Amino acid sequence: MAGVVVALVIGAVMLVILKADPVAAYAALIRGAVGSRFGLTQTLVKATPLLLVGLGICIAFRANVINIGGEGQIIAGALAAAWFPLTFPTWPGWLLIPSTMVMGFLAGSIWGFVPGILKARLRVNEILSTIMMNSIALQLMNLLLQGPLMDPAGVKARTFLAQSAQLPAQVWLPRLVPRTLLHAGAIVALVLAVVVYVFLWRTTIGYNIRAVGLNPHASRYSGINVPTYQALSLTLAGGFAGLAGVMEVIGVQHRLLEGLTSGYGFTGIVAALLGSLHPLGLIPASILFGGLLVGADTMQRAVQVPSSLVTALLGLVVLFVSGSALWSRKWAARQRRVEDT
Amino acid sequence: MKNLFSLAVMSGILNTMVSLATPFLYAALGETIAQSAGVVNLGVDGIMLLSAFAAFYVALTTGSLWLGLLAAAIVGLLMGLLMSFVSVTLKAEQGVSGIGLYMFGLGMSSLLFKILIGTVKTVQGFPPVAIPFLGDIPILGPILFRNAVPVYGAFLLVPLVWWMLEKTTLGLRIKSVGQNPAAADSLGISVDRIRYFSVCLGSTLAGIAGASLSICLLNLFQDNLTAGQGFIAVALVYFGGWNPIGVMGGAILFSVVNSLQLWMQVLGVKIPSSVAVMLPYLLTIAALTITVNRMRQPAALNKPFERGEN
Amino acid sequence: MKRSLLIALVLVVAIAAAVTAAPFRIAVVMPSATTDMAFSQSMWSALQTVQKEMGGASALDLKFSENMYNVPDAAAAVRDYASQGFDIVIAHGSQYGSSVQEIAKDFPNVTFAWGTDVNTFGLPNVYAYTAAAEQGGYVNGVLAAKLTKSRKIGVTGPVEVGDAKTYIDGFLQGVQSVDKSITISKTWTGSFSDVALMTAAAKTHIASGADVLTGSSQSVVGSIGAAKDKGSVLWFGTQADQASLASALVVASQVYDWTGMLRDIIAKHKAGVLGGTQYTLTLANAGLKIV
Repeated sequence: MAGVVVALVIGAVMLVILKADPVAAYAALIRGAVGSRFGLTQTLVKATPLLLVGLGICIAFRANVINIGGEGQIIAGALAAAWFPLTFPTWPGWLLIPSTMVMGFLAGSIWGFVPGILKARLRVNEILSTIMMNSIALQLMNLLLQGPLMDPAGVKARTFLAQSAQLPAQVWLPRLVPRTLLHAGAIVALVLAVVVYVFLWRTTIGYNIRAVGLNPHASRYSGINVPTYQALSLTLAGGFAGLAGVMEVIGVQHRLLEGLTSGYGFTGIVAALLGSLHPLGLIPASILFGGLLVGADTMQRAVQVPSSLVTALLGLVVLFVSGSALWSRKWAARQRRVEDT
Repeated sequence: MKNLFSLAVMSGILNTMVSLATPFLYAALGETIAQSAGVVNLGVDGIMLLSAFAAFYVALTTGSLWLGLLAAAIVGLLMGLLMSFVSVTLKAEQGVSGIGLYMFGLGMSSLLFKILIGTVKTVQGFPPVAIPFLGDIPILGPILFRNAVPVYGAFLLVPLVWWMLEKTTLGLRIKSVGQNPAAADSLGISVDRIRYFSVCLGSTLAGIAGASLSICLLNLFQDNLTAGQGFIAVALVYFGGWNPIGVMGGAILFSVVNSLQLWMQVLGVKIPSSVAVMLPYLLTIAALTITVNRMRQPAALNKPFERGEN
Repeated sequence: MKRSLLIALVLVVAIAAAVTAAPFRIAVVMPSATTDMAFSQSMWSALQTVQKEMGGASALDLKFSENMYNVPDAAAAVRDYASQGFDIVIAHGSQYGSSVQEIAKDFPNVTFAWGTDVNTFGLPNVYAYTAAAEQGGYVNGVLAAKLTKSRKIGVTGPVEVGDAKTYIDGFLQGVQSVDKSITISKTWTGSFSDVALMTAAAKTHIASGADVLTGSSQSVVGSIGAAKDKGSVLWFGTQADQASLASALVVASQVYDWTGMLRDIIAKHKAGVLGGTQYTLTLANAGLKIV
């Protein structure tokens, strides 16, 4: 963890230069993340999309596929999560909530399927296609928010806000703790983490996905269709990211808002690697990272430093943590196994 | 002028395309070099941002554009050293360290901008320099031969990088490190040193890409000036199949469609603006599905190298 | 003797209390940077102006959170400031509406101001504010129509929502009220922050013959740059005074001046009225200014 210390020391220096008290700042960081009831729930609220996106990244990475299409897949899921309840507003909650989640998962999967099939059939590199799909999804959301999905109340009041109408109340995920934003989606995410673990280690498909990632040549010899499984893993990764979008829409905001992705498509990757790409390891990793993000905001408020300082500091933390010996060696060991073909 | 395919419009499209493609060329060619040695640098956007700020600030305070360009190159180099240290020496997962570098560059550029400048200002950027005689060729002349020096540099870089990678021993070494570091190592090539060199060269070019934005094409700095162009530049490396000519093709394709969609909007073509904005991305994917990608990616891409492991 | 001593004591304490009165506290949560030369900067500079008027930081304690584009983060910020005992918490972003609605109920002694919208949710401690951007748009449009020589005007917009849309709609009406034959072309870049694309859009308008441009969002600094490059293109701006970028070419900017509204809200809060009014910046109430 020497890396984190280095990052924090550099951060302290920057704080001092900006005439802020580093002790007060870091105290606020900890206080914000875990020091209050509200802070703790915020940490969990942030951890939920990180966990979901991370689960998808996990599956993809196990097949040696990099998914940086999270942002677009989250948007796809969110679009479905807004459109579906608004189209069927009379359905009862016990039906609407699960079906919205399914629709969101499907939408995200489609957004992962396209790069997946392009890679499998046409050898289009997935980094390229996912980056492009991210922008396409963003414009698709703009298109819909400017038109059919725009809140009719906003049109009537001539404010034309970039948001959808508020979703029917029965699709709102119940809040776990009153007067906080913590919603039932957190529990769903936890359950799914276990599901993914079981999937990857206790089912044939999961085994094949991991085999493809660890040893593509041997897998091919034993009859596993490598491209198909890579496409499948990208599709699943998209589905989980889409689910993260669903949770933000029906759990937190209760409508579709511009800017809902908040970079989770990228921070989810960081969380996944902090969790050593293991679904169960992801649980503490996403909570930790979520806490860091929440604490950083509290720190900004407490010592009134520009938010960009917080961003730069987080970047340093990510840089040095990624370089820290502990799990980079694990990563190198894993890569070595791939090279042994 | 209503006709989208009139000569005036076509030359207008090409003109805008040249400006749009310039930062992509610098950044993508730089990333091509880095990836040819086996290192993925997703932090390109962050490097572009911090270098763009450095170039702008130096140009603003000293009045010298060339000093600004130098500052951007130095900042790019320093960030490359940081990335090399974390990815090559510490053997970090390159995707994650790249994202960290991006966040750092984004945050630092905005922070320094807020503290040192505080509000949006403009500078007098690199002026267009007409190449005598060539610049007077009808139609193509003004488009190709009346640009600023950094723009010429971007396009001249393409054959330079191609020549370096294909025709020099250095290029051979870089590519061998990217394909089979163990074999290269056994031949006495220092894998780490080549990777450091490639990443740093790549990031220096990314720095110049940033400068091209802040002191040549846009002549200002604002938070998040690049708006994700660095990531598109990385994507273009894959589009071009790690071949500088292919990368240039990708940069041109993306920029020309982007330029086209703007003209379509201006001329009132009946297409929703969001769909128009999507076109460059859609067409880039479409183009790849049509052209067969012959180049295989460097086999050791994104894999840290540890001597004596095989 | 004891009585006068007591009175003197009371007087001293009272004077001391008045002199070292706790400052008035305002916190603001914004979706973009305070330096964006557009939406957020307009509120931030208004707050700083009011602070100076009131006597500086000792009279008005100002705290801010910027770049809060993630709504739950912004909600946490609003709640945090409210629980710290701020008198007024400003949620300067239309996306913060449902958050304000929830949080305001928990802090009945805090005034919440949010915009841009017209809904105070029927809560007694919420003020809502918006800007009738189309008004300044109309004025700019009329001026633009009279100034264009090529009879071509270009509009470089970000995303067709919110006050970008209302400003541009107003602008179009203004132009057409003067001369219907003027060609107006619109581009939308699909982003509020992509300066490079905005610059390219502006250059495209200019290349197609436009000699007057307008647009909205923080990325229009790119359009202004393009106008400056050409040298003969005029610019009409909104949300903030953009003249510093190209003084010879910026004809007019519609400025959002929140100071009047802020003074009113502060006064009302001090008088015990914590909310319930909806403010609209208009040309009439000097909330919108053309500079």
